[in-house]
Amino acid sequence: MRKISYRDALREALREEMRRDQSVFLLGEDIGRYWGGAFKVTDGLAEEFGDERVRDTPISESAIIGTAVGAAITGMRPVAEIMFGDLTALAMDQIANQAAKIRYMFGGQAKCPVVIRTPFGAGVNIASHHSQSLEAWFMHVPGLYVAAPSTPYDAKGLLKTAIRGENPVFFCEHKLLYPVQDSVPEDEYLIPFGVADVKREGSDVTVVATSFMVHKALKAAELLDKDGIDAEVIDPRTLTPLDRKTLVGSVKKTGRIVIVTEDCKSGGVSAEIAATISEEALDFLDAPIRRVTAPDTPIPFSPPLEQFIIPSEQSIVQAVKEVV
Amino acid sequence: MLQEVPKELLAEMLHKMFEIRFFEEKVFDLYGQNLVPGTIHLYAGEEAVAVGVCTALRKDDFITSTHRGHGHCIAKGADLKRVMAEILGKKTGYCKGKGGSMHIADFHVGMLGATAVVGAGLPIAVGAGLSAVLRGTDQVVACFFGEGASNQGTFHESLNLASAWSLPVVFVCENNLYAMGTRQSRIMRIVDIADRAGGYGMPGAVVDGNDVLAVYATARKAVARARKREGPILIECKTYRHKGHSRVDPAKYRVKEEVQEWLEKDPIKRLMDMNASYNVLSNDEIEKIETAAMAEVEKAVKFAIESPYPAPEEALEDVYG
Repeated sequence: MRKISYRDALREALREEMRRDQSVFLLGEDIGRYWGGAFKVTDGLAEEFGDERVRDTPISESAIIGTAVGAAITGMRPVAEIMFGDLTALAMDQIANQAAKIRYMFGGQAKCPVVIRTPFGAGVNIASHHSQSLEAWFMHVPGLYVAAPSTPYDAKGLLKTAIRGENPVFFCEHKLLYPVQDSVPEDEYLIPFGVADVKREGSDVTVVATSFMVHKALKAAELLDKDGIDAEVIDPRTLTPLDRKTLVGSVKKTGRIVIVTEDCKSGGVSAEIAATISEEALDFLDAPIRRVTAPDTPIPFSPPLEQFIIPSEQSIVQAVKEVV
Repeated sequence: MLQEVPKELLAEMLHKMFEIRFFEEKVFDLYGQNLVPGTIHLYAGEEAVAVGVCTALRKDDFITSTHRGHGHCIAKGADLKRVMAEILGKKTGYCKGKGGSMHIADFHVGMLGATAVVGAGLPIAVGAGLSAVLRGTDQVVACFFGEGASNQGTFHESLNLASAWSLPVVFVCENNLYAMGTRQSRIMRIVDIADRAGGYGMPGAVVDGNDVLAVYATARKAVARARKREGPILIECKTYRHKGHSRVDPAKYRVKEEVQEWLEKDPIKRLMDMNASYNVLSNDEIEKIETAAMAEVEKAVKFAIESPYPAPEEALEDVYG
């Protein structure tokens, strides 16, 4: 099978959906023909679909999302890009109070099929305003779906599902994933929300990892394998809805769980997963739940500082060894 | 100006204004009887704005609304019964009791909903305007907001974007002088919000917001312009709310003389006075209009009171589709 990058997989999803459905259009800062998106995800799309459907906006995050919301409730399927996930704070009212609540507070009269794409994540030394992982903010807003694919295959299939859906979707990309290459079939496929993917089967310990941490967890699993520890690595793929059943099922099999996420620990993605296991699989645990996350700090700039706070393969290996 | 308006249209506008006024008086009474949960923000006194603007719109045009939105709903053609039922938290309300006074919507008449976050409706109106353009229709959006909202960042972002993209949005600022209890002069150096339009390269107009014919005339031109895809406009309507900000507010921050002055400029009284000069509608006709409006409101109250509450577990529905 051909291999393409995560970035190209996202672009293919956008292109295919725009060809399929005239109501799909894109808006965001510098996503058009002059730049092609800060991370080049939309590169070339304005050339194919025109400036009307690939719209460069002013630096106005509230208006980007609000405009997408207004278009969505009147029959369009906008895909908005926020250049960095940190900047979603500027549009938080439109995301959390408008997009997410319109269906509910209007008694189901309206739907708001907006997709908001944004890159999260540290690792390229761009400090506190361009490096956070804020998925948990959006998990705390009923009415939103939250996707966080880790592979090109998942990225394409989930983005297509997001665009065709009837709900607002917060679509988290990790900036270190954009160049990652992997197999993606040429034939069309969709990936349903709420279905976790077992990235590596194993019997000794369940490692639940999200976004870029999936790749670190898989590398850690290889290292553990050399020490005779067989880790199962699961990627929830969507955080809302969360495939609790698959996570719980795996823990019932292995009796141990280590959760790896890049966001900070308190109130984070890992906390929700840990709580789920405590509620639904406590009796099956042979060791305490362990979490490997960033500490509760902003993201620092200098390389040794940044590397210190991001979970590493070694920190995952160590956490697993503590529970096995 | 009165003689330029067809008689039927005049009757219709008067009817709508009566409906809103009587409706708000009933809401006030029902609140006193503990039949309205939460809070209410009454539109009484500002009827000419919603009615003047919505009369200039087609049914398939859109509006966005605010926490003070009952009047917008009624003016755009929503069913009084379902508006009242929503305010009472009933299952038969437009939002099945999930929205209440601050979140009424009727998508069938293009009423895209009231948002209770001040200024949040502006970018949504811009999006509805963009949608009309992308779908190739000639629909227009009227976006209602107060002078208080004009100090939000969304005002700046939305007017700039609508202007940059030449979108069919008529921004209607209902300047009732007070952002909750804060008088405009305490927080702004300008008197006319419409002055800000120039900063976005769009026209701005100041209108007597208690003169429904003046509002209608200005809105009609703005809507026609937007329909021709000639761009957005900011219309500022100077008006005044008869009651406090919300039901619990006695509005002690407003001096008696000021309130009296504005009560004399009451928009319904104004229209009746203008009519009297030209005698377009006879006293009999006016009485009939008034009685019919009151009957509609009475029916709405009866319907709302007799309607059932939603089942508690309905709270779990409509989160996702």
